[in-house]
Amino acid sequence: MSSSPHNSPPPDDWNDHSIELIIGTLLRVGVLLSASVVLIGGIIYLFRHGLATASYRTFEGDLSPLRSLPGITHGVLQLSGRAIIQLGLLLLIATPVARVVFSAVAFARERDYLYVAFTLAVLAILAYSLLGAHLG
Amino acid sequence: MSVLLFTVLIGLGSFVAGFLGSLTGLGGGVVVVPLLALVFHVDMRYAIGASLVSVIATSSGAAAAYVREGYSNMRIGMFLEIATTIGAIVGALIAVHVSTATIAIVFGFVLLYSAYLSIRTQPPHPLIKEHDVLARVLHLDSSYPTAQGMEDYTVHRIPLGFGLMFGAGTLSGLLGIGSGAVKVLAMDQAMRIPFKVSTTTSNFMIGVTAAASAGIYLARGYIDPGIAMPVVLGAGAGSILGARVLVNARTKSLRAVFSAVIVILGIEMIFNGFTGRL
Repeated sequence: MSSSPHNSPPPDDWNDHSIELIIGTLLRVGVLLSASVVLIGGIIYLFRHGLATASYRTFEGDLSPLRSLPGITHGVLQLSGRAIIQLGLLLLIATPVARVVFSAVAFARERDYLYVAFTLAVLAILAYSLLGAHLG
Repeated sequence: MSVLLFTVLIGLGSFVAGFLGSLTGLGGGVVVVPLLALVFHVDMRYAIGASLVSVIATSSGAAAAYVREGYSNMRIGMFLEIATTIGAIVGALIAVHVSTATIAIVFGFVLLYSAYLSIRTQPPHPLIKEHDVLARVLHLDSSYPTAQGMEDYTVHRIPLGFGLMFGAGTLSGLLGIGSGAVKVLAMDQAMRIPFKVSTTTSNFMIGVTAAASAGIYLARGYIDPGIAMPVVLGAGAGSILGARVLVNARTKSLRAVFSAVIVILGIEMIFNGFTGRL
């Protein structure tokens, strides 16, 4: 966290620098993990469907089973390449969300409750999109 | 075209887009969508879906590096993310209710504006020393590393910056781009935050902003794995390479060329949107 003269010091050795290091590592691991899953799914997909004809001129995404977590899970269990790619993309989307969750914990340990509130507000907005979008 | 050839070509195109986007600081998303829509005739909805997830990869990868250097200000980022994520949801909801031709036209104008911003030379503004009351209440003032050691800075015009960030989020959700240019404009020009802090904090915010629209895109079927896979992997690898090269590269002439490409793509998008081809 950026240092601010208005805050009491963190209760232990969780200083600004260590929080930045943890966030840096979290983002790097999230991107590498999701890219690996996308790559594995991509290889399976290309092996099975590489010679098919690519057609994306017309939009048929509203019929895809890969629009929800149950649909993706079902496909992954059947080792569908497309479903595994989609799982990797979900992990990618989850990476910045995990960063926000971690920020809430870090602000709480700094006893900066104003920023705990801001962070929870951002999480609520993200939850609305990720969990409630099918309602809208 | 076979799926294999399609994947390889889009992967290569996205790699170049990610490389040039990170080298010039304009971001890869602004080129990926026109590339998919104009060159590969991919439906706009699939194009913005793939671009949006690739934006999360490139910005999170870069943010991981920047956050360790101590430039980005996480309080400014978190506070403004309230505005960008609400904007992102509004943008994504607009995107599912307007025609793809409308999105293409708006996209074209954003491309033209991005090119204008990138070629405009502006002297760095002097830092303001007086404190802003709201910035003090929100604990936004901080310091950042410079050649002369740590330097303090103050944050100003917070309501204006917050409003611009809502706009940046809306554009991001509507068009599937990071809209880093608007975020930097809000922080650097409106809020008078030092340029280096603005660019790195903007990068930090892009991933969360994109995640806010990604949920809606996913539920609407905009994110197709067959297109998103080569775009994410290509643009991600390209932007990592671009960030490595950036240290030594002379980017001025490259920026001019890239801006010219963006202008051409912008005009094409507007033309195709008005004639109903996208």
